[in-house]
Amino acid sequence: MIDEAHAASAVRFEGVTKTFVERNQPTHVLRGISGEVPVGKTLTLVGPSGSGKSTLLSLCNLLLTPDEGQVYINGREVRQWSIPKLRQTVGMAFQTPTLFPGTVQDNLELGPQLRGERLKNPEEWMEAVDLPANLLGRSVEELSGGQRQRIALVRTILNGPSILLLDEVTSALDPSSTQVVEKLITDWKAKSGAAILWVTHHLDQARRLGDITWYVEAGELLEANDTKTFFTRPETEQARSFIHHKDAELDDTDGGGEEA
Amino acid sequence: MSLLSLSLTLAFVAVAFAVALWQRLGIERDIVVSVVRATIQLLIVGYILKWVFTSKSSLYTVLMVLIMIAVAVENARRRGRQIPGVWWRLTIAISLTTFVTIGFLLLVRIIPWTPQYVIPLSGLMTGNSMVLSSLFLNNLVSETKNRREEVNVLLSLGATPPQAIRHVVNRAIRTSMIPTVDSMKTTGLVQLPGIMTGQILAGQDPVTAVRYQLLILFAILSAAAITSITLGYMTKNSLFNRHMQLLQAFTHREA
Ligand SMILES: Nc1ncnc2c1ncn2[C@@H]1O[C@H](COP(=O)(O)OP(=O)(O)OP(=O)(O)O)[C@@H](O)[C@H]1O
Ligand SMILES: [Mg+2]
Repeated sequence: MIDEAHAASAVRFEGVTKTFVERNQPTHVLRGISGEVPVGKTLTLVGPSGSGKSTLLSLCNLLLTPDEGQVYINGREVRQWSIPKLRQTVGMAFQTPTLFPGTVQDNLELGPQLRGERLKNPEEWMEAVDLPANLLGRSVEELSGGQRQRIALVRTILNGPSILLLDEVTSALDPSSTQVVEKLITDWKAKSGAAILWVTHHLDQARRLGDITWYVEAGELLEANDTKTFFTRPETEQARSFIHHKDAELDDTDGGGEEA
Repeated sequence: MSLLSLSLTLAFVAVAFAVALWQRLGIERDIVVSVVRATIQLLIVGYILKWVFTSKSSLYTVLMVLIMIAVAVENARRRGRQIPGVWWRLTIAISLTTFVTIGFLLLVRIIPWTPQYVIPLSGLMTGNSMVLSSLFLNNLVSETKNRREEVNVLLSLGATPPQAIRHVVNRAIRTSMIPTVDSMKTTGLVQLPGIMTGQILAGQDPVTAVRYQLLILFAILSAAAITSITLGYMTKNSLFNRHMQLLQAFTHREA
């Protein structure tokens, strides 16, 4: 079911809701989100902790299913896709990289292996992310946090996604590693022309890297704007006070959100 | 052994009971219940077996085996509450284990088709299969919870459910088989296996008793392998929903 009118959007949400029920207590995590991310654009997603940003990302590769509404990826509803194909097309990286015991190369080969293929040029990939090729044979135990995150990202992008979901991928990194990871992603994006959905707690990062920015609060998309406008002239009171508070916060501590 | 001398062995129970009472272990009730249950169950089984052994029909033998399997399934399924449809998977795994091991022994005529051989050996295989199933399900559930991030990483790279869970299932198979394999290494050195002890007490020549014990050990080993591999094969798809997501029951740590 390809929808011609919106074929140019990489991701499109239509009235998406999601409710979690735990111990008979329903939590309305997403309350009717609609919006689209054009092909080749970077969306930065900001909002308070627990507002539903990670949940929204998980709907894009069907790691979660929306209760109501539709999610279209390249014009096709997620539930109409072959799921492995969908997840290859929509790559995802998490805050804490999960690497499997073994060597760096073992980890890079995971994606191709699932399809019975071999990774042809691991050295080139290492070079592309500014890591020495002799790291390939090393055990992942020996890597630093920044290196681990880079390996996890390469593992995802060598799968050839056209959409990349990033969930606070630099939150656990020091400033210099953050810079390296940002560069790796922007370089790759420039080459591949992929769309990126980037959740971040660093407003500065959201401002620098986004083409468009969404502000999510309590499961609602309160403001969607081009990034520049969003940060210079936010339209909603909530977004304005969020930006204001975050900027003030930046001076003392960086209030990263912990998972509940 | 007369009933009178058997009743003297209640002294053992009295010791356990006294210790429990004295140390306020809080298991006095459990001790009494277990003793009463074990006594009644075994007495009933003894009479049933006597009756089955004397009757000429194989029907009763088959019926006994099936009942044992049903009880084993009922016991093991509690370990895998989170896995939908676990009971029929257990039924297949435990039955297959029992039928294959006993079937082989019958086929190569190591044991004759008589209730005296078939029923106790089937019980042994079913019982081992049950213990192994419980172990396996326990391991599978906890490993899946502990490794759900790994499973999600594989899924998000485009893995199918069997691909995403394979390493978890393999670990669960390995950990559930370790006790069986390990106990074979020390068997006879630390303690004589129960069957052999029974046979020797009943006046059997120790060398003959050892042969039967070996047969049983080997059969138990293959029972362990058949059970865990069959269960592993059948459960690897059942931890996921139709959208290839790990079931909710495994996505959060137990509160
Ligand atoms: N699998 C789940 N079961 C139950 N509740 C969940 C589940 N996943 C998320 N939640 C709840 O949904 C809400 C939104 O979670 P989500 O992770 O999407 O927020 P977030 O905006 O990413 O927050 P953060 O910035 O802290 O990462 C939270 O209250 C969270 O506790
Ligand atoms: Mg989050």
